[in-house]
Amino acid sequence: MSELKRTPLYEVYAEYGAKTIDFGGWDLPVQFSSIKEEHEAVRKNAGLFDVSHMGEIEVKGPESLSFLQKMMTNDVSKLKNGGAQYTAMCYENGGTVDDLIVYKKADDDYLLVVNAANIQKDYEWLEKNLTENCELHNISNKIAQLALQGPKAEEVLQKLAPNESLKEIGFFKFKADVELTGIPALVSRTGYTGEDGFEIYCSSDKATKLWKEILEAGKEEGVLPIGLGARDTLRFEANLALYGQELSPDITPIEAGIGFAVNINKTEDFIGKSVLKEQKENGAPRKLAGIEMIDRGIPRHGYPVYADGELIGEVTTGTQSPTLKKNIGLALLKKEFSELETEVEVEIRSKRLKARVVATPFYKRPKN
Amino acid sequence: MNTPKDLRYSEEHEWVKIEGGNVRIGITDFAQSELGDIVFVELPEVGAEIKADEPFGSVESVKTVSELYAPISGKIVEINEELSDSPEFVNESPYEKAWMVVIEPSNVSDVDGLMTSEQYEAMVSED
Repeated sequence: MSELKRTPLYEVYAEYGAKTIDFGGWDLPVQFSSIKEEHEAVRKNAGLFDVSHMGEIEVKGPESLSFLQKMMTNDVSKLKNGGAQYTAMCYENGGTVDDLIVYKKADDDYLLVVNAANIQKDYEWLEKNLTENCELHNISNKIAQLALQGPKAEEVLQKLAPNESLKEIGFFKFKADVELTGIPALVSRTGYTGEDGFEIYCSSDKATKLWKEILEAGKEEGVLPIGLGARDTLRFEANLALYGQELSPDITPIEAGIGFAVNINKTEDFIGKSVLKEQKENGAPRKLAGIEMIDRGIPRHGYPVYADGELIGEVTTGTQSPTLKKNIGLALLKKEFSELETEVEVEIRSKRLKARVVATPFYKRPKN
Repeated sequence: MNTPKDLRYSEEHEWVKIEGGNVRIGITDFAQSELGDIVFVELPEVGAEIKADEPFGSVESVKTVSELYAPISGKIVEINEELSDSPEFVNESPYEKAWMVVIEPSNVSDVDGLMTSEQYEAMVSED
């Protein structure tokens, strides 16, 4: 077995009581105190995540936009400097290479933030399709990423940024040159929890200091360090896709319910367009749906789903929702069975248990 | 880690307590702390036969599912119905409030084949 990769924050995990697991080849904290407690801290106050395993790839050069328009399903031309966009990259057959965020720093300078398990694959895919006057740099090892998420995130982070008004950074906007206790960072109002909050990129060698400073600054507000367990339940309740579960080379973004990140009206052709256009206009054969158990049981990733004795799909993610205390899941189902209130059966340890299709997201943050 | 001396332990992290002719079974403090917040417990019905080393139920945390393995063979005579509404008892009180089943063992002397608290502690600290 090859050695597990570590983020720059690995050295401080133990100090905060982390229990680590192998997550796609990375030794990462699954929890610090308890998944439920961490989940609640993010919903009520705020929580700090080490997401330095995520990958960062720079795209630079005068033809960056036309290259990205070819690679991405979303319309990258809509981005202004200081803007961020959620998008997918697909294969010709519409299957998903990855879902990612594109940051536009300048007309010839973009940053792609990709899933950890896909860094190499994405880089090779981009390189294979690379066009003239455009270059790629995988800077994943140089960059650490922290996420501060929750209703009190802004209040806490503001304490560390005396020269900046974080209020001015809108949703899916960023500032590339923020100083947080003197540490240069890119601060973006994005996240993976369904709460307000920030994703913060800084140089790897500054990550430990920034981590400690944020936790210290957020003591009064109840900021806790958060592991991958709660990251998963938080993103799941907010219906945010996880690559490898809701998305894969066999699942298109339309099927996975992220059609909003596929813009078939942009002028340029993009890889996967013909299939995605067809699915967007006429519906895909499968659709991601929310399910809630009627019988006692918890749906889990990979469990088969039946209706009228026929196999109609499988669960992509499921758990007991810490916020709602309900046994719920996301399932990729044949379109005909994805209507709200449709009764289906989830096979759990050889027993078929009743569930029904329900609306997503399961959780929406209260508007202030 | 709490491992009461008057109980016997299985390699699959169940504890066993002899009560007259019957045997009460649950999971250990070590097991609950490894699993994290327990949100669901599935137990067999009264009257079911369980076989040593075979699964007879499951406990689920937010993150994972773990099977419960029968430490010895026997017939279920009582189940802890409270765990259905209060699975958190497994975390709070693994040896008292979160007992899982009582069985009438096929052979009560099978309990002698299980580990003592010292042996169990030694096994766990080796991992």
